[in-house]
Amino acid sequence: MAALLSVRGLVKEFGRLRAVDGVDLEVEEGELTAVIGPNGAGKTTLYNLITGRYAPTAGSIRFRGREVAGLAPPELVRLGIGRSFQITNVFPNLTVLQNVRIAAIVQMGRQRRWWQRVDHDAELHQACMAVLRQVGLDGLAHRPVNTLSHGDRRQVEVAIVLATRPKLVLLDEPTAGMNPAETRRMVELIQRLHRETGTTFLLTEHDMEVVFSICRRIVVMHRGRVLADGSPEEIRRNPEVRAAYLGEVA
Amino acid sequence: MERSAGPLRPAAGRQGWLAWVAGIAALAGLAAVPRLGLFAAYLGTEILIAVLFAQSFHLLFGYTGLLSFGQAAFFGMGAYGVAVLLRDVTQSMAVAMAGAVALAALCALVIGFLSVRRDEIFFSMLTLAFGMMVYTVAFQWRSFTGGSDGLTRFEVPPLNLLVARVDLGDIEQYYYFTLVVVVLGVGFLWRLVQSPFGQVLVGLRENPQRMAFVGVHVARYRLAAFVVAGALSGVAGALMSPFAHIASPVYVHWTKSAEPVLMTLLGGSRVFLGPAVGAALFLYLHNLVTQYTDHWEVVLGGILLVLILFFPDGILGSLVRAYPRWKAMKREPAAARRPLGARGGAPASLPAAGRASEREGR
Repeated sequence: MAALLSVRGLVKEFGRLRAVDGVDLEVEEGELTAVIGPNGAGKTTLYNLITGRYAPTAGSIRFRGREVAGLAPPELVRLGIGRSFQITNVFPNLTVLQNVRIAAIVQMGRQRRWWQRVDHDAELHQACMAVLRQVGLDGLAHRPVNTLSHGDRRQVEVAIVLATRPKLVLLDEPTAGMNPAETRRMVELIQRLHRETGTTFLLTEHDMEVVFSICRRIVVMHRGRVLADGSPEEIRRNPEVRAAYLGEVA
Repeated sequence: MERSAGPLRPAAGRQGWLAWVAGIAALAGLAAVPRLGLFAAYLGTEILIAVLFAQSFHLLFGYTGLLSFGQAAFFGMGAYGVAVLLRDVTQSMAVAMAGAVALAALCALVIGFLSVRRDEIFFSMLTLAFGMMVYTVAFQWRSFTGGSDGLTRFEVPPLNLLVARVDLGDIEQYYYFTLVVVVLGVGFLWRLVQSPFGQVLVGLRENPQRMAFVGVHVARYRLAAFVVAGALSGVAGALMSPFAHIASPVYVHWTKSAEPVLMTLLGGSRVFLGPAVGAALFLYLHNLVTQYTDHWEVVLGGILLVLILFFPDGILGSLVRAYPRWKAMKREPAAARRPLGARGGAPASLPAAGRASEREGR
């Protein structure tokens, strides 16, 4: 079976800078993979290419067998690619429920319905509450997001992404800025969602403890290229990785 | 409808019932206005037209997050459209108005297409620039539009309904005609903002980038809102020229575009009917002040200064926000100090929290 996501020879140049410099990457359905690398390794740029924020300079991105390089974000969301951002990207002035509801409206194809009252739509409401229960935010449904803690806000973003019913979820440093308790909750959430929904996850992360504890596969990027790709054990033993990256941290 | 609170707070339960009562009472009050005399009918008609104009602007500013500074272009299209069609093409008011509104919508489609890809100030400046282009055409094309004198050579025919004839030359009848059209227009907007489509617009206001990653083509939905707002501004304009018996270049001038902005600031941009209240207040005050002095702008500026400094939610917005707090204090004085979120309210220190509080209708 072909991979869910297949990236070949992907290049992105910003002027003279090659942020992504010939990346090859295959992601199978149901995997939970981490992309790690020092700052400036090209992880976020890779994400921005896969999710359509940037068009690649060269190379191919195939998702479920279809060439998607250069498609706009809304089209990629419809095909099943969802993402969270390094800096929490939600609707801060709206309630938790409204945040999820906007995503669910689009997912359920209701965005053109101008005659119906949104709060009379029981099917939509149930779909939203199901997502909130899945993420564990159902108790906070009516709270404005800007009154929540940082950790809860990041979970709201995960809930928005889930409400788009993605096949592939890219999380950009999901535990950034979190305290240890919040980090633990987020890690448990990702593991549980992965187990329960079978969704494929790709995540970048700075917290090595998180990466090595939950991912069975780790991709190491360095200067816009894939330096190593393998199980946590293989990555730990890889001398190049130790020199380029883990060595810096330790 | 009067008590309908924030853009994102659908009327619910007992409050919903109250809203109906208040809405019907308000309509009854509006229907009684011509009984106050001819002058009230004139001022009332002018206010109603401004209400529709301001509410259509509000769809863009308050709900979609687009500060259009060129709404007068569409108001003017409606006003000149009706006048030209009545002069040159048709003797049917319904046909003339429909044609003028279609013209305004088409104009909004073109200007919107060229503007909605830009954000914030760039969007505002583009709409302003296009508005000034339309003004220039209205002002310079003397043979067709009457130039600076405006267009006056058209007759206002009676409106033939199946059951009755409405004599639009009579101010009282014109007032009722305007009332029906404006209530329909504002009611349509009210439904629109509560629909799934309306929620998508709110999402665009709050975070367009997130919307793209939720699956929405940002420009398309902005354009849809822009065309709807343009068409309704066109309806307002189409009511204006038969009322004033002139299509004047004043209607397309950029100062006309500033009116809905000021009216929205006066009434409040975070409540659905804020601009309507602002429009009524604006024209009433204008009328009052100009009886005593020619320096209306100074008075208006002073009022706006006080409002923006002390009541940034506008008049209706401040009342709506004060109401639940006042009710809570009446019920149990300690409630005002209850922890945040327990009632869905939010402290005043959070700038946009008032917008966010929402109660579901179940």
